[in-house]
Amino acid sequence: MSADFLYGIEVILNGLMAGVMYALVALGFVLIFKASGIFNFAQGVMALFAALTLVGIMEGQIPFSHLINEIFGTKIHNFGWEVPALLAIALTLLVMVAFAWAVQQFLFKHLVGQEPIILFMATIGLAYFLEGMGDLMWGSNIKTLDLGLPQGGSRVIEELSANLGGDDFYGFFIDKLDMVASVVAIILVLALIAFSQYTKHGRAMRAVADDHQAALSVGISLNFIWVLVWSLAGLVALVAGVMWGAKSGVQFSLSLIALKALPVLMLGGFTSIPGAIVGGLIIGVGEKLFEYTVGPMIGGATENWFAYVLALLFLVFRPQGLFGEKIIERV
Amino acid sequence: MKLYTLTAVALTTALAAGTATADLVMPDLSYRTGPYAAGGIPFSDGYQDYLNMLNARDGGIGGEELRIIECETGYNTEKGVECYESTKGEGALIYQPLSTGITYQLIPKATADKIPLHTMGYGRTSAANGEVFNWVFNYPANYWDAAGVIVNYLLDENGGDLKGKKVALVYHNSAYGKEPIRTLEALSAEHGFDFNPIAVDHPGQEQKSQWLQIRRERPDYVLMWGWGVMNQVAIQEAANIGFPMENFIGNWWSGAEHDVTPAGDGANGYKSLNMNRIGDLPVFADIKKHVHDAGNAAGDGSNLGTVLYTRGMYAAMLAQEAIASAQKIHGVSDVTAAMVRDGMEALAITADRMKELGMENIGPAFDVSCENHGGSGLGIVQQWNATDSKWVALTDYIEPNKAVTDPLIAEDSAAFAEENGITPACFKG
Amino acid sequence: MFYREAGDFKTSYAADNQTFPIAFDRYRYWVVLAIAFLVMPFIINDYWANALLIPFLIYAIAAIGLNILTGYCGQVSLGTGAFMAVGAYSCYKLMTAFPDVSILIHVVLAGGITAMVGAAFGLPSLRIKGFYLAVATLAAQFFLVWLFNKVPWFYNNSASGQISAPERFVFGVPVTGANTDAWAVYLVCLVFVTGSAIIARNMTRGSMGRKWMAIRDMDIAAEIIGVNPLRAKLSAFAVSSFFVGISGALFFSVYLGAVEVGEVFGINKSFLVLFMVIIGGLGSIFGSFAGAAFIVCLPVVLKLIGVDLFGWPPDLVAHFNLIIVGLLIMFFLIKEPHGLAQLWRVAKEKLRLWPFPH
Repeated sequence: MSADFLYGIEVILNGLMAGVMYALVALGFVLIFKASGIFNFAQGVMALFAALTLVGIMEGQIPFSHLINEIFGTKIHNFGWEVPALLAIALTLLVMVAFAWAVQQFLFKHLVGQEPIILFMATIGLAYFLEGMGDLMWGSNIKTLDLGLPQGGSRVIEELSANLGGDDFYGFFIDKLDMVASVVAIILVLALIAFSQYTKHGRAMRAVADDHQAALSVGISLNFIWVLVWSLAGLVALVAGVMWGAKSGVQFSLSLIALKALPVLMLGGFTSIPGAIVGGLIIGVGEKLFEYTVGPMIGGATENWFAYVLALLFLVFRPQGLFGEKIIERV
Repeated sequence: MKLYTLTAVALTTALAAGTATADLVMPDLSYRTGPYAAGGIPFSDGYQDYLNMLNARDGGIGGEELRIIECETGYNTEKGVECYESTKGEGALIYQPLSTGITYQLIPKATADKIPLHTMGYGRTSAANGEVFNWVFNYPANYWDAAGVIVNYLLDENGGDLKGKKVALVYHNSAYGKEPIRTLEALSAEHGFDFNPIAVDHPGQEQKSQWLQIRRERPDYVLMWGWGVMNQVAIQEAANIGFPMENFIGNWWSGAEHDVTPAGDGANGYKSLNMNRIGDLPVFADIKKHVHDAGNAAGDGSNLGTVLYTRGMYAAMLAQEAIASAQKIHGVSDVTAAMVRDGMEALAITADRMKELGMENIGPAFDVSCENHGGSGLGIVQQWNATDSKWVALTDYIEPNKAVTDPLIAEDSAAFAEENGITPACFKG
Repeated sequence: MFYREAGDFKTSYAADNQTFPIAFDRYRYWVVLAIAFLVMPFIINDYWANALLIPFLIYAIAAIGLNILTGYCGQVSLGTGAFMAVGAYSCYKLMTAFPDVSILIHVVLAGGITAMVGAAFGLPSLRIKGFYLAVATLAAQFFLVWLFNKVPWFYNNSASGQISAPERFVFGVPVTGANTDAWAVYLVCLVFVTGSAIIARNMTRGSMGRKWMAIRDMDIAAEIIGVNPLRAKLSAFAVSSFFVGISGALFFSVYLGAVEVGEVFGINKSFLVLFMVIIGGLGSIFGSFAGAAFIVCLPVVLKLIGVDLFGWPPDLVAHFNLIIVGLLIMFFLIKEPHGLAQLWRVAKEKLRLWPFPH
């Protein structure tokens, strides 16, 4: 097999992995949109906030230390202990649940029945708030996230596949972190599906997604379901934040991964969890292949816009996304 | 209209609060929020700590107290303009925006307002031509010098011959990242190496394609012009594909501690340029004693001695020397912005003076003149040692390739002069 | 008291249809214009102009443009930043290609070019709706920015890839380049803002605006009563982009003077303008102004209060700024989802009955 062909395959494999990473972010959007019709722009910032909180707790950082020092003239930074990773993850999840409750209690409870664009704006306000809060609580320098996740290309795969091609082929490159992320994503999706199919609250969640009023009339508390959904989105945000943060360190730019998830959402449909996964894979492969084949001819760095153009092309044929609910319009 | 009145009240009170003083006003356009905060914080800390130290230790410069006005730009051009406008009325002496984008806004504004602009190792490269850019200084070095320094370093490593070598440039797809391309193209023609620029779009969170390309093409060297999250991800990805880190060389904005630490041990051996010496300097003791121990540290005080902190301090030192030389030229201690410009143009940094200031060999010795606002362009190569978590200087100051860059500077500044109807000449009064 | 229709008799259809049916509103309008044109130029200084007034005026044009598309025609767009970039780059190309033609004409032409580009990117709106369209316009946002960054022709092969505005004059007074005076720049922007607002106001209450609103309220129903959705949607995209293009051209030429596309016209700009429109009030020209004023002034005011009045460190203030801006947005949406314009309307209603509300 020619080296070019094999490299093409390598690009596709890596595209699939990247797609999983995008889908991780997109999942959070889908959960909230499906259950409440809110297009949650703050999902990216939630990932940042969750990752910041995780690192902060693990390192025993004192929240708001900068502010406290400024007001009281003290010089405190650290509690002086380190929290084990699992406990820290559990504590972070608690923080995210508290956040979900606060969002529902103070924001969306008062915005029930508003138009989607107003709800969308509210989440942008939320994004600003959360970004400032994250900075204030944990500081705006880059933090290293060390959960002991494997990094680097897998040598085994590289060596095994090296003799497939000629001398120009060095074997497939697959990032170990990406593989971990894929496994985590699969577990996460399976868990989410199991939760929504087989548990009481999961079924209630689906009922709310189908019809708010009908769900209310059979005695489901919308308030509770929405807190639950935001908590789940917080969990997904934490996973995405950890996976992305392992690569770049935890810093402000982590919030920009939301932009990577939007074409995925468009393509997969805002309301479908499998859509987020399939959309992620298509976008990942599509943009990587385009950059590999056409990119060098037109100067590279095409991935950002190509993802959107690809999604746009799909939408022209299926305006509700691949797996989105069919839009039925009545006059 | 109500908003207007409110703003008007807030504005007038705020502006009236601090105009009457006669200190030396040093604006610090910093960014402690936003995507580039990690780079902005240590630089600004160093800049402020050093100036505060001068106040505490020497009572300012030449007996005049310094007054620092910090203004948060968030690396955003509009906020940068707002900061500039709000501080210039206070008698600002010198601007250092630490952002190429903001620099471009400020070049015409500062020129019209007659306030010198010092863009150390960033900004508009052709501003090195002082006859066109009377009010803009970019000593001690610029991006094109950096490209020359790297190639000279590589030449040195390869016994003076780069023929047939493959060099790739991973760059931030913006004006900043594109800066070295022309110089590197000219240099590749001169030395016969194969040059391949690879763009990374802002912000640079996802660079798999670029690094797979590098893995396929196996260049001998990879250079990097990055800033912000792009640096951390690039170094991580380079480690992931098993690229030999000692052949991966960043420019001086891609070589700080926070760029390499997220990659852990994988970053060991990564090299970068630096325009200033690193390591423990005697002046740090003074800063610790007079500023940090007195509880006046800028930021949280944890950055003392880091690469960018040292650079910020170096920038403050150059400003100090410019003001001191202005005071000497004009014989007054309460200098104006125009006088500081004269001081910058007459600036002479010598090895003795640097030693005297407690920062021996922090930068190269250089002179500024009316024709040359760009300094000598020398830089060092440093390498990251992950086990000790510190940068180690590998070389002494390396010469850039002025023979290649000078014609490019002349060409670009001539184009600017023509577009804006400037007759190149030394500034006179 | 004096703010009411009673006693203000209309004797012609024209008078009956005028923008400000209440006499007091008309006087107020002329007074505001008179202050803006005749008083402000004499008291303006660099800080006021560059930090507040000029960005406010330019953003107001962009907000009017986006309001036509989003507020009147119901098509959510996140491509405003890119369309502003189209305006800026066409203005730059025109300025350098035809240095003898007046800059004012260039700005208008830049708007025209943007209108064409906008209409082309509006085509998907015929099939895609709602948030899907919003995300689809991001394709325009990323693609155009990439294009301007990549093709050297757009920035005349300059070494840095930035475009910078050469010096141009209006009636012998420099309005772009290094040696501009605050009042001249202010007046240029003011003329464009006034023009845009008048055109937009009259368009939106004419037949075109009614078609847009019909499409917004329910496009299938509108189609049934004879509104051509193709024409209505594309015309909304074109008109909206025209204004956005003008604002982009002004933003580049008279306000910033030098622009790097990814940094100045990135996705953040699109969101910022959308903010203005929603905070100000969808479907209201006054709302565009109010939103622009709010978003431009708020950070400056917060900064002044925090840093200069209370003397807090700027980084803390910057963090609090984000928090406060976020809280204010949420607060406003909860209290008045229809924006500042709605508050204004309510205030006017109350004023009509004042001082005898019963």
